[in-house]
Amino acid sequence: MSRWIRASIPLAVFLLIAWFLLQGLHRNPREIPSPLIDRPAPLAALERLQNLEHHLASASQAVATASLQGSGLAPTGVAASPSVSDGIGTSAPSSSSPAALYAGKVWMLNVWGSWCSGCQLEHPLLNALAAERLLPIVGLAWKDSPAQARQWLDRLGNPYSLVLMDLDGKAAIDWGVYGAPETFVIDARGMVRFKHVGPLSDEVVRGQLRPLLARLGAS
Amino acid sequence: MSTELGHLALALALLSGLCLAVFPALGVWRNDRRLMDMATPAAYWQLLLVALAFACLIENFVTHQFSNQLVANHSNRDLPLNYRVAASWGSHEGSMLLWILMLAGWTAAVAALSGNLPQGLRARVLSVLGAISIGFYLFALLTSNPFERAVPAPLNGRDLNPLLQDPGMVFHPPLLYMGYVGFAVAFAFAIAGLLEGRFDSAWARWVRPWTIVAWAFLSLGIGLGSFWAYYELGWGGWWFWDPVENASFMPWLTGTALIHSLAVTEKRGNFRSWTVLLAIMAFSLSLLGTFLVRSGVLTSVHAFATDPTRGVFILIFLCLVIGGSLSLYAARAHAVHAGLAYGLMSRESMLLANNILMVVAMLAVLLGTLYPLVLDSLGQGRISVGPPYFDAVFVPLMLPALLLMAVGPLARWRQTPVPALAHRMRWAFAASVTTGVLLPLTAPSDYKPATALGLIMALWVASGVVMAGLENMKSPSGPLDPLRLRLQPGAWWGMQLAHLGVAAFVAGVTLVSSYEVELERKLAPGEVLQVDRDLALRFAEARLIRGPNYDGVQVRFEILRAGEVVGELSPEKRRYAASRQVMTEAAIRRSLGGDLYVALGEAVGDAWAVRVQKKPAVNWIWIGVVMMGLGGFWAAADARYRRRVGAAAAVPSGSAEPLR
Repeated sequence: MSRWIRASIPLAVFLLIAWFLLQGLHRNPREIPSPLIDRPAPLAALERLQNLEHHLASASQAVATASLQGSGLAPTGVAASPSVSDGIGTSAPSSSSPAALYAGKVWMLNVWGSWCSGCQLEHPLLNALAAERLLPIVGLAWKDSPAQARQWLDRLGNPYSLVLMDLDGKAAIDWGVYGAPETFVIDARGMVRFKHVGPLSDEVVRGQLRPLLARLGAS
Repeated sequence: MSTELGHLALALALLSGLCLAVFPALGVWRNDRRLMDMATPAAYWQLLLVALAFACLIENFVTHQFSNQLVANHSNRDLPLNYRVAASWGSHEGSMLLWILMLAGWTAAVAALSGNLPQGLRARVLSVLGAISIGFYLFALLTSNPFERAVPAPLNGRDLNPLLQDPGMVFHPPLLYMGYVGFAVAFAFAIAGLLEGRFDSAWARWVRPWTIVAWAFLSLGIGLGSFWAYYELGWGGWWFWDPVENASFMPWLTGTALIHSLAVTEKRGNFRSWTVLLAIMAFSLSLLGTFLVRSGVLTSVHAFATDPTRGVFILIFLCLVIGGSLSLYAARAHAVHAGLAYGLMSRESMLLANNILMVVAMLAVLLGTLYPLVLDSLGQGRISVGPPYFDAVFVPLMLPALLLMAVGPLARWRQTPVPALAHRMRWAFAASVTTGVLLPLTAPSDYKPATALGLIMALWVASGVVMAGLENMKSPSGPLDPLRLRLQPGAWWGMQLAHLGVAAFVAGVTLVSSYEVELERKLAPGEVLQVDRDLALRFAEARLIRGPNYDGVQVRFEILRAGEVVGELSPEKRRYAASRQVMTEAAIRRSLGGDLYVALGEAVGDAWAVRVQKKPAVNWIWIGVVMMGLGGFWAAADARYRRRVGAAAAVPSGSAEPLR
C-alpha cells in the first residue's frame, strides 16, 4: 500500500501544478501592480514641449502653472503661467508640474516615446479619447528628443493637452515606469487611481478605464 | 496554391498519425501481426506528409507569398534568403510545425531502426508516438494553423523580428526541438514498458541510445541559445534564468539524470521504476516548457504572440499526456521489481546520489519558475524570482554532483572499498586542490575563495577523467600503454569527453564570473578608454551604414595593447525599416583566453555611451557544452547498441544518426 502511495506522488505533484497553470491562464503577468495606486501623484515639474497644447487651455489658464525650474517639488498653485493657447513657437521650453496644473481635476498621464512601437499601436485610441474631451491627457515623452517627439505627434496626431519631456528618465523613475507605453489616471485629489502597463486596448478602455472615469466623475 | 497543398498535407498527416496510434495498438490487443506491422508504413507516410507541409511553408516564405498570413507577419521582401527559411520557424505556428516535423522524424527513425525489438513492444512504442503526434496535429490545425490565408494579401510583409535575424535562429530552434522531441521516444518506451510490465536490461539498452542522442541535441540547442543571447542581446550575460531558459533546462537536468539512471538499469537492473519516472518526467517537462512559452502565463524574452485558447488546448493536452502517464505509473510501478542489492559505497549509490541532486536541482528551478504564478494565483501579489534565488540554490546542489562525477566512473558496481578508492584518487585530489588554491593568486585582482573552489571542482572533474584514462592504460605487465585505450568502447569515450566538457564549462563559468570587467562610459571621437592594465579602446570613427532591410550607425574602435593598435571592433546600432525596431549589434573580439565585448548605448551629440566588457575564458562555457553534446553522440554510436539481441534477421539498427 505504501508503495502504491509513493508511486502516486508524481501524479499528485503534477495535478497541483496543473491547477496553478489553469489559474495562470486567466491572469496577465504583464499587469504589474503599482505601489503608487491610491498614493499622491509625483509632483516633479518637467520641461514642456512647447506649443503643442491642444485643448483644455482654459484649465491651464485657470490653474496657475508651476514654474519651478529643475526637479524640485512644485507646491500646488505657484504662479507664472505661460500663455498656452497660441500655438506659435515662442520661448524656450518652460517647465510644468501636471499634478499642480490639473489639481482638482481627473487627468491621465500617458508615458510614451517616438522610439516605442507599442505607443504607436495605442495612439489612435488616445486620439479618440482626446476627441471625446473626457479628461486632459498629459503625454510624458520618455527618453525622447524634442525634435523626434514633435515629428511623431505631427505624423500621428496629438491627443495630449500637455506634452512634457523626460529627457533623463528621472520622472519615469518617480512614476515607477516599467516600460513604455504606460498609462495612469489621477483623481481630483491628486491620487493615482489606475495604472496600465503596455498599449491601451479597446478592452482596457471599455472594461476598466471608462467605468473608473464614470466613478471618478470625469467631465 | 502551395499554401493549400501544405494545409492538405498536414491534415493527411493527422490521418496517418491516427493510423499509427490506433492500428498497432489494436494489433497488440488482438495479437494480429498484420495490424502491428502497419506501424512502419504509417510512420513513413507521416514523415513524408509532414515534410511536404513543411516544404510548402518554406516555399511560401522563400517566394514571398504574403497571402499566407504567417509570411505576411514574419517576412519581408528585403529579408535575406537564409532568414526567410529560418523565418518559417520564427513564429508560434511555424515552430509548432517544426516540432511536428521533428516528432515525425524521430518516429520514422524508431520505425526504421527498431527491427530488432520484440513485435509487441515495438508496436506499442510507435503507437504511443502516434498518439502524441495526434495531439500536436490537432493543436496546429485547430488553434495555430501555419497555412492561414491573408485576405487581402498585403504587398509586403511586416518582417521577421530583428532579434531573430541571426544565424542563431537558423540552428538554435531545430537543435533544441530535436532534443525536446527526442525525449518523446524515451517516454514512449517508458509507457510501452509500463503496459507490458517489462523493464529488463534489454529494455534499457534499447532506450539508452535514443535518450542519449536526444540529450546531446538538447545540450547543443541550449548551448547555442545561450551563445546567441550572449552576443545578440547585448547584455554580455550567457544565462539569465529566464522562464523559457528554465523551461529548456528542466528537461535537460531530468534527461541528465535519466541517462545515468539508464546506465544502472542496463548494467545492474536497478532503479527501474525510477528510470521510468525520469523518462516520463523528461518529456513532461518538455511539454510543460511548450505550455509556458506559448500560453502567456509567464513573461519572458521568448514570448510568442499568445492566445488563451491555445493555452487551454495545451493544458488539456498536458493533462491527458502527463496525467495519463503518471496515473499509469502509479498503477503499475509498484509491480516493478527492485534489482540487485548494492552497498552504501558503490557506483550504484553514487549514480543514485547524482540522480537525486539533478532532480532536486530540477525541482528548485521548477519552483523558482512557477513561484510567481503560484503566489499570484493565491492572491499574494506579483513578484519575480531572479538570478539571486537560482544561483543560491543551484550552485550548492551542483558542488556535490561535481565531487561525485570524478569518483563515480572509477567506483566499482555493488561495493567499492573507500580506502582503496581514496588511495587511487590521492594524487588527483592533491593536484587539483593545490592548483585550484594557488592559481587565483596569479590573477591581478583580489583573491576570492569562490574562485578557488570553482577551479578545484573543474580540475577535480578533469583529473577524474585523466585517472580513468591512466587506469585503463595499465597493461597487466605493468607499464602504461596508451594503445590500450583503444579497447574502450564508444560509450566510455563519450562519457569521458562529456565529463571533460563539464570541467571546461565549470572552469569557464568560474573564471568569467570572477574576473570579468564591465565598464560603461561616454566616449567622444578620439577618446581612449582604459579597460584594464594593458588594454585600451580608442574611438576611431562613427559612420552611417545601410543593410538590406535596415540602416544604422557603426562605430569603429581601435584596440590598444601597451599603446600599439592590435585590432579593431565595430559595434553597430541598427534600425530595421519594416518594424522600426532599434537593435544593438555588439562587436566581440573572441579568443580562447576571453572576449572583449563592445556594445553601443545611446548617442549624446557625437559621443556615444559605450559598454565595454572583458570576459575571460567565457568561450570555455560553450566549448564545454559542445564537448558534452559530442560526447553524447559518441556514446550513442557505441557498437554495443547495434548488436542484435536474439533476433535472427539482419536489420539495420543503431541510432547515431536519427532521421531528420
